Amino acid sequence: MAQTIAVEARNAVKEFGSGASAVRALDDVSISIREGEFFTLLGPSGCGKTTLLRLIAGFEMPSAGKILLNGQDITYLPPNRRPVNTVFQSYALFPHLTVAQNIGFGLEMQGRPASEVKATAARMLALVKMEAFANRKIGQLSGGQQQRVALARALAPAPKVLLLDEPLSALDLKLRKEMQIELKRLQLETGITFVFVTHDQEEALTMSDRVGVMSAGKLHQVGSPKDIYTRPVNRFVASFIGETNFLPASKVPGGVQLGCGAVVEVAGLTGTGTTTLTVRPEQVRLATQGEAGAIPATVRNLVYFGTDTHCYLSLSDGAEVIARLQSPSNGDVGLETGQTVALRLVQGAAQVLAD
Amino acid sequence: MSDAEKARDTATVRTSWLLSTPALVVLTFAASGPLLIMLVYSFLTKGQYGNVEWVFSTEGWRSILYSEDIFDPGVFVWADAHLTIFWRSVKLSLMTTVLTLAVGFPTAWFIATRPPKSRALWLFLITIPFWTNLLIRTVAIFEVIRNEGVINSLLMWTGIISAPIQITYTDTAVFIGMAYVYLPLMVLPLFAAIDRFDMRLIEAAYDLYASRLAVLRRVILPIVRPGIIAGSILVFVPSLGAVVTPRILGGGKNMMIGNFIELQFGQGRNWPLGAALSMSLLVIVTVALLVYVRAANRESPHG
Ligand SMILES: Nc1ncnc2c1ncn2[C@@H]1O[C@H](COP(=O)(O)OP(=O)(O)OP(=O)(O)O)[C@@H](O)[C@H]1O
Ligand SMILES: [Mg+2]
Repeated sequence: MAQTIAVEARNAVKEFGSGASAVRALDDVSISIREGEFFTLLGPSGCGKTTLLRLIAGFEMPSAGKILLNGQDITYLPPNRRPVNTVFQSYALFPHLTVAQNIGFGLEMQGRPASEVKATAARMLALVKMEAFANRKIGQLSGGQQQRVALARALAPAPKVLLLDEPLSALDLKLRKEMQIELKRLQLETGITFVFVTHDQEEALTMSDRVGVMSAGKLHQVGSPKDIYTRPVNRFVASFIGETNFLPASKVPGGVQLGCGAVVEVAGLTGTGTTTLTVRPEQVRLATQGEAGAIPATVRNLVYFGTDTHCYLSLSDGAEVIARLQSPSNGDVGLETGQTVALRLVQGAAQVLAD
Repeated sequence: MSDAEKARDTATVRTSWLLSTPALVVLTFAASGPLLIMLVYSFLTKGQYGNVEWVFSTEGWRSILYSEDIFDPGVFVWADAHLTIFWRSVKLSLMTTVLTLAVGFPTAWFIATRPPKSRALWLFLITIPFWTNLLIRTVAIFEVIRNEGVINSLLMWTGIISAPIQITYTDTAVFIGMAYVYLPLMVLPLFAAIDRFDMRLIEAAYDLYASRLAVLRRVILPIVRPGIIAGSILVFVPSLGAVVTPRILGGGKNMMIGNFIELQFGQGRNWPLGAALSMSLLVIVTVALLVYVRAANRESPHG
């Protein structure tokens, strides 16, 4: 994949209001989105995802910092002069126009000849599989169909960057899954840079080339879904993406010591003091008693989830650990509440957080 | 169908008729009744001291367009004065509609984009003029534009003009007065339409390379068109039939159809002509509305 930067925010700050009531929606955010990638902004509600998109689209100006597109400063360029299009969460389709006219709107406003507008609209209709609906009015479409039209409308002028603000959040689960696949296909087929906003971590992990995790106006980590999941930089990222265990620990040479006395090896750790060890539930396994590095634990509860069984355990110091064990064919993991077992953390899976 | 079902259906029909009786009575007596009377009167002969004589005549209708030469009975000449009045009425009403639209649209937009709390206050302010009588509102505007009124005094005091500008008793005065009086009728339906308008569409259009003008022409106006149509009708129709405003501000010289009709039933003592004029006014309004609504609907740029 090309490593050219398509769009970039440099030290972007956005404050709403002024004085004591000012809200800092973006706090010194710097981000580089590569050309042709599917980039996802992930974060809880109110963390500033929409605000960042609106800065890129040009609907808002940053209080400080810059927005660059292909290396050019576009911070103060109005939206109608940026080769960036948005798919709005509410779709914002024009109710007085037909599907085809909606799709052709951007091209028409760019002053392209009518024949080109028509041809491109037809091509876009085919791309989103809506040929049969070309002459319908927007009010006569279902939510999923409107979604497709909104996509086609934003893609038709072939923007450098497509911004999508939680475009799937209004759809039911089944349609949502379908549209996720569809979106990914469209991105690959058109090669356009997608900046996608969601607060659904599963959506972020499955669709993106890279993910940026935000909270409270700050960008915490940018990386591939695997990076983000396996190497979270702080407690927020670790807890926001997937389920995880946090265990208080203190640093010892070669690793950390848990409250219960067990020592877990962690590579490349220096210094002393207290810290937090994090390990994903699926990286916690049952060990045979007496095995090296085994941690004794008591089973508190078992919850059957089909393919796997969640096993809630407590260590001797009372720390809680969740282990996600694969259910055997008869569905019974062979454990009982109150039973004492030995645990093992998969080699290299445990991480020490910087917080 | 069983007998019971039949009986029930009959009962339903009877109930619905009973329920619509008040509406039918009102429609018959309040709407069609007076119209029918006017239609009949327009084909009767005028009485000596007003009223009508029950003798069939087309004189009323004919005198709309032709008048008998005073010095030469039996010779009919083209009634220029009547046509001037018709033309002035249509022209002033159109101008009033356009002006109220031009002023009312930004006003309605302003109100619709206020926060909900202050919006109620602004709407309230718009409706305040309705609390007072039309006559009083017209007299108020007269006070503003007369030679010794606020505008002229101010202009003379600042030295912009040396003698008062004669506004009262001109078409301009009638035009200003009607625009003032009917402005709320334009603002309210426009507000209702703009209030329903999804402001996010503006961002969507702006995002899709539309200029500000294109956003207005291609997105806002087509979507709020029903409000524009309703407001225009609400202003145009009463303007065309206005009586009080042109009488006070036009000073009897610059008559509109309404004044002319009033005249026939009063000093003119020509009820058949008044009735025929009333019917003509009705036809003009109907035709104008048909043409306007059709044109407005056809004009939508995309079907
Ligand atoms: N126009 C505005 N005026 C004042 N505050 C605003 C405005 N827009 C956003 N904010 C505030 O900025 C913060 C970030 O908002 P933003 O809409 O970017 O969040 P988000 O991450 O998109 O959230 P969500 O997932 O709920 O859409 C919030 O605290 C919000 O209240
Ligand atoms: Mg948002």
